[in-house]
Amino acid sequence: MKLSSIRTPMAKARGLGSAMSGTEHWWEMRLTAIALVPLTFAAIVIVISLIGRNHAAVAQILGSPLVAIVMLLFVYATTLHMRLGLQSVIEDYIYGKGLKTALLIGNTFLTVVLWLACTYAILKLSFGV
Amino acid sequence: MAERPARVARPLSPHLQVYRLTFTFLMSGFHRVTGVVLYAGFLLVVWWLLAAAAGPNQYAWVQWFMSTWIGRLVLLGFSWGLIHHSLGGVRHLIWDTGRGFAPNEREWLARATLIGSISLTLLAWIIGGFVMGGLR
Repeated sequence: MKLSSIRTPMAKARGLGSAMSGTEHWWEMRLTAIALVPLTFAAIVIVISLIGRNHAAVAQILGSPLVAIVMLLFVYATTLHMRLGLQSVIEDYIYGKGLKTALLIGNTFLTVVLWLACTYAILKLSFGV
Repeated sequence: MAERPARVARPLSPHLQVYRLTFTFLMSGFHRVTGVVLYAGFLLVVWWLLAAAAGPNQYAWVQWFMSTWIGRLVLLGFSWGLIHHSLGGVRHLIWDTGRGFAPNEREWLARATLIGSISLTLLAWIIGGFVMGGLR
């Protein structure tokens, strides 16, 4: 028998075609992971060095250019990494299609909201408005 | 009417209970567990940043929580979790290059992750807490 297609009969019957994505999830997980190695350590030192200080000092240091940029990069890479990571966990352990889809949507919405909230706070401290 | 054949007791594939609990297995599971816990822990970072942006009154709540022993303990655990997950991630990045899969290498990497995460957490608290004056 000549093999005319490598698609399985089930795949043909479903007719869903390709998801048009292959290695993006894996690659973005690695990119954010590499970025987060130095960013995480920097963010931890920043947070620990600020816990004993009063609000005026914290607001001033968090709003200073270098600290603000490090924190902006940290929250961006972290929330993206969180979305990709929990997506894998949901896909591995949740079997019901409805619940799985709902959790995947909720995961994306929540991480975007958390990213925006952090970014808004850092920019507000930086520009002092 | 044809009799329905009795269900044959076929052998099942081995599952969790037959595996010996190894250190590398525990560290692999711990990587995912820390990832999920850190997801929840990130809410503290969001609260901290929003409170700082909102003003002194809101920030007073963060200061109160961070001054309690449970707040300090949560922060210590959170920083250790972050560093441990980071080093676990570095281990995965090493594996991505195709290296580090020999039995002794796997064992060594798992140990280095745990020892490294504890040492780096202490280092972060010494730098942040004492050199840069966070704990005073």
